[in-house]
Parts: sequence; structure tokens; C-alpha cells
Amino acid sequence: MREIRYIDAIREAQAEEMRRDKTVFIFGEGIGPRGGAFTQTQGMWDEFGEKRLIDTPISELGFTGVAVGAAMTGLRPIVDIMFWDFAFEALGQIVNQAARIHYMSNGQIKVPLVVRGVIGAGQSAGGHHSNSPYPLYTQMPGLKIVIPATPYDVKGLLKTAIRDDDPVMVFEHKGLYNTKGPVPEEEYTIPFGQAIVRREGSDVTLVATSRMVLLALEAAETLADEGISAEVVDPRTLVPLDKKTILASIRKTNRVVVVDEAFSPCGVGGEIAALAADEAFYHLDAPIKRIHSLSVPTPSSPPLEKAVVPSLEQIVTTVREVMNQ
Amino acid sequence: MDLPDKDVLLALYRQMLMLRRFEEAVARVYREGKIPGFVHLYIGEEAVATGVCAHLEKTDYVTSTHRGHGHALAKGVPARQVMAELWGRSTGCSGGRGGSMHLYAPEYGLLGTNGIVGPSIINGAGAAFSAKYRGTSQVTVAFFGDGANNTGSFHEGLNLASIWKLPVVFVCENNLYATEMSFLKATAGQSVAARAAAYAMPGVAVDGQDVLAVYQAAGEAIARARAGEGPTLIECRTYRFVGHHEGDPGTGYRTQEEVEEWRKRDPIPLFRDRLLTDKVVTQDELAQIGDDVEAHVQDAIDFSAQSAWPSPQEAATKVFASPL
Repeated sequence: MREIRYIDAIREAQAEEMRRDKTVFIFGEGIGPRGGAFTQTQGMWDEFGEKRLIDTPISELGFTGVAVGAAMTGLRPIVDIMFWDFAFEALGQIVNQAARIHYMSNGQIKVPLVVRGVIGAGQSAGGHHSNSPYPLYTQMPGLKIVIPATPYDVKGLLKTAIRDDDPVMVFEHKGLYNTKGPVPEEEYTIPFGQAIVRREGSDVTLVATSRMVLLALEAAETLADEGISAEVVDPRTLVPLDKKTILASIRKTNRVVVVDEAFSPCGVGGEIAALAADEAFYHLDAPIKRIHSLSVPTPSSPPLEKAVVPSLEQIVTTVREVMNQ
Repeated sequence: MDLPDKDVLLALYRQMLMLRRFEEAVARVYREGKIPGFVHLYIGEEAVATGVCAHLEKTDYVTSTHRGHGHALAKGVPARQVMAELWGRSTGCSGGRGGSMHLYAPEYGLLGTNGIVGPSIINGAGAAFSAKYRGTSQVTVAFFGDGANNTGSFHEGLNLASIWKLPVVFVCENNLYATEMSFLKATAGQSVAARAAAYAMPGVAVDGQDVLAVYQAAGEAIARARAGEGPTLIECRTYRFVGHHEGDPGTGYRTQEEVEEWRKRDPIPLFRDRLLTDKVVTQDELAQIGDDVEAHVQDAIDFSAQSAWPSPQEAATKVFASPL
């Protein structure tokens, strides 16, 4: 199978869906002739033009609000928010309006909106270009939360997101954009709510998201040399969350460590830990462990940034700890 | 201006009276404990929704505010559905899930009243964007209060509507107080209409107590939008005769004299007197409209009182259009 980069998969997904459905269009800064800050729309201008690749002013609240109004009235906007940090400027539109309208309108109005953009530290981009704010959105009923780790997943999940009738938030780690992976030429989509076991193992379950999936796989490789068999589970979507696959793995390995780049308080690790405690308590042989970024604004200087983000060493050490209990 | 035809004039009168009697009935049953939550009444501002919505087709869109009962009624949402929603009943236009500040009736083009000040402006611009993208002739009217004209939504919404030449009319109901904050203290330049110049669109200030003035200004703006000539900002100077919400005496931040002065410019008697002076209608015709309206409002009350509550089993349904 051919291999393409994560960013190429995003571009393909958008172009294919725009070709398939004329109500799909993109709002974003620099996504027109420039092709996007990350080349996410490169080469699409000639085909779709200014009607469907709409270069916006720096007006996140404004164009997100316009997108919500458009989604309420029959269109399928993709808001390219560039960095998810910028979405805080539009948070009221996403949370108070997009997420709640279907329910508050008694199901009369759908809001098929996609907001997508990059998350994650690792490039010294500092406190306004490195955040991973998806846990916040998981707390808001009405939003679906997608967090793809591979080129294959981002293409299939983004296509599903564009076709979905609800607001879907897609979080793409910028550290994954240049990673390559197999993506078939043929059409496919990936349903929401299906976790994937990235590596099978029998001693401990690593539930990892986004770029942390790559780190967890690396850790599993290191641990295998020590005779520890780690299973790596990637939820792929946080809302809906595939509890079944995660629980099946925990019940098999009897140990769980969560690796997630977002902050810890009320976060992904806490959610998985609660799930394990509620529904797999008697299967557990060791305390549940959570590995997250330190709760600080992401610093810019490389040694500082490195110190706040989960590391390979941290994962390996934590797994060794739970194996000794 | 030339007076519109008699049937238009009578429709305007009937609509204003309907909005007034509806809200008076809401205030009454609210005090009786029949309506849960908060209600923000439209009393005093009826000429605005009436004069604007008289020009709209059923397929046109309206986005509205926390003070939105009048917009819903004027856009054609049946009084029964609006009233029952305030009562929290299953027959309400939002099935009881929304309440006063979340009236939705897309069938009638009402894309929602809103609990947040500002979103009606940008979501309205969004509906207009959609109409333009889809190539329809639909126009959107985004209603908002003077409180919204200092929010980012106002400035970003007007800018985008102008650069994209969207078929939207921004109607500011300037009732001079954002809750208790005086418009004059809150707004640099002390004019909403003047702000239109910064966004390269026409800005029109009208007497919001004069339904014919509103009708004329809105007619021009809506025709302009429908012709693809872009957005207009209309500032209607008006006044709420009651408190910010039911339970707020509406004093403490405005003087009794000021309230009395504005009450002398009640849009309904002003218009009625004009119709009688110009001999457009007779007292009997007006009395007949009054009786019809009273009966219509009473019907909405009776309907609400008899309607079932929503089932608690449904509290967690419809969060998603395609469930998880």
C-alpha cells in the first residue's frame, strides 16, 4: 500500500469530501491560494476556488459564528482554526451555540460543523501555539471529539466528521503532520467510537492518544526487551469513547497506564481511570497510573518544553513501577 | 412617506397589539407561578419586530435575543407554541427544552432566541452566508440589543457581512439600557447607526416607537439585501416599559420621569391615534381586532395549561443528531 504523510491525508480527505458534497466548504486563514499554513489545502484552489476555500480575516469568533449559522441552514462548513489555541477566541460559539442547538431546538436544527486544527508541544511554539485543549471539549455535551494518531486514521475519521450531522472537533498533533503511514487509494471512512489496539500485549495496557501513541509504541518496544509485554490501545475518538475495547484490554492485562499530552485535572487519564475503577476494579493488579503534561502553560525554550511533556523515559519507568506491584 | 394599504396598516396594528397582549399575559401567569425560569418582556418595543418582520417571507431567517418572544410571534411562530415553550410544556416550539431564551422554530425561519448577547449577530450573518452560498433569495434579520453593540460579535459580524456582501439586516433595538447599564455610558460615540460607517454599510437611525418609520427603513434594507446589495444596520431607538426581566422593577438605574416620558410614546396608542385621525379605521374595527387578539392570547394560555409536560425519560435524548 502507498504511504503518505498525515498532512497529505488531511488534504485528501477534505478534497474528496468537497468533491462528493457541494455543501462542504472551508473557512480559514490562508487556506486559499496560499494552500494553508501547513499545506493542508495546497493544490485545491484551482478545483474549488474562492467560493469553497474561503480565506478569512483573523476573526475567529466571527467566522466560527458564521459557520455555525451556515451549518444551521443546510451547509457543512469546515472551520480551519489553524492552532486550537485560537479557538478560545470562538469558544462561546462552539460551546454555547454549536454544541447545544440540536438539543435546545428539540432536534429541529442540526449543526454539521467540523472544527479542525493543530495541538501539541514539541516545536518551541510557546504558550499560544502548543496547547492540547481537547479534554475541555469532551465535557461539553453535543460535541464529538476526534484525535487521530496516524495518516490512515486522520483521513478516515476526518471524512466521517465531515459527513456527520453533529459538530465534530478534530485535534491533530502538529508533531504528527510529517509522519508517514499506509493509506489506501480507495475510498474509506472510519466510524467514530472504535478504539484500535496498536500493539498486542499481555502484562499492561497503555491507553495513549495522538502523538503519545507513537511514544507508547516506542516504550512498548523498550519494555519488550525487559520481558514486559505492553498492549497499546488508541481510543481514536474521545466522544464517543469505545469503552468496550479499552475495558477488554484492561481485563486481559490487569494493569493500565494512560499516556496523554493534555493536562491531568479532570482529563483523559482521570476518565480512563474512572472507567477502569468502575468496570474493571476486580481485574486490577496495580494502581492505575496517569502520565500527562505538567499543568503549566507550555514554555518555549526547548529544555523547559521537554520537561513538561510526557517522555519515553517516564512511560517506561511508570510501567516498571506498576509491574512491580 | 405614503401610507401603506389599509390591510397592511391593520396587520401592523394587530401584530403590535398581539405582542403587547401576549407579554401582558406572560407577566400575569408568571406571577401566578405558571412559568418557570426567567422571562424578558418586549413591552414597549413592539413597533420594531412588527415593522421589520412585516416584510419577511416565511423562508427568510430571524436570529434573536433573550428578549425574543416578540420576534418569534412576528416571524409567524404560532402563539400556542411560543407560550407553551415558556410554560415548559412538550408542545412548546422547543419541546420544553429551551424555554424563553431558546425558542427555535426553523419551520417559520426562527433560528433561535438566545441566552447570550451577541451571537444573534454572527449566527444571523451565517444564515445569510448560507443563503448566498446556496443561491436563494432568502434574507436574514439579526435582532440584537444595545448591549450587544459593544461585543466582539457585533464588530466581527458586521465586518464579515460587509466584506462578503451578505444578505442580512442588522436590527439594533436600542432600549437605552443593557440590563442596568446606560447606553450613553456604555457606547463610545453614543450612536449604533454611526458605527455602520466603519464597516462600509448604510447605518440608519429610526424612531423605534413609530411602526411606520421602522416599516419603511426595514423595507428598504430588506429589499437591498434581497437584491444582493449587502447588509444594512438599523438602529431603532426604543424603550422597555418594564424591568430587564420579570421581577426587576426597572428602577434604580432610570428615573420614574424618564419611564413616564417614554410611556407617552407608547407605539400602540401612537399608531392607533394616527389611524383614527387619518380615518383609516373606525373605533369598531379596532375594537374587533382587540377582541380577536385577546381571544388568541387566551387560546395560547389555555393550550399551554392543558399541554403535557415533557417526559423525564427524554431528558437525555436528542443531544446528538446522529447518536453516539
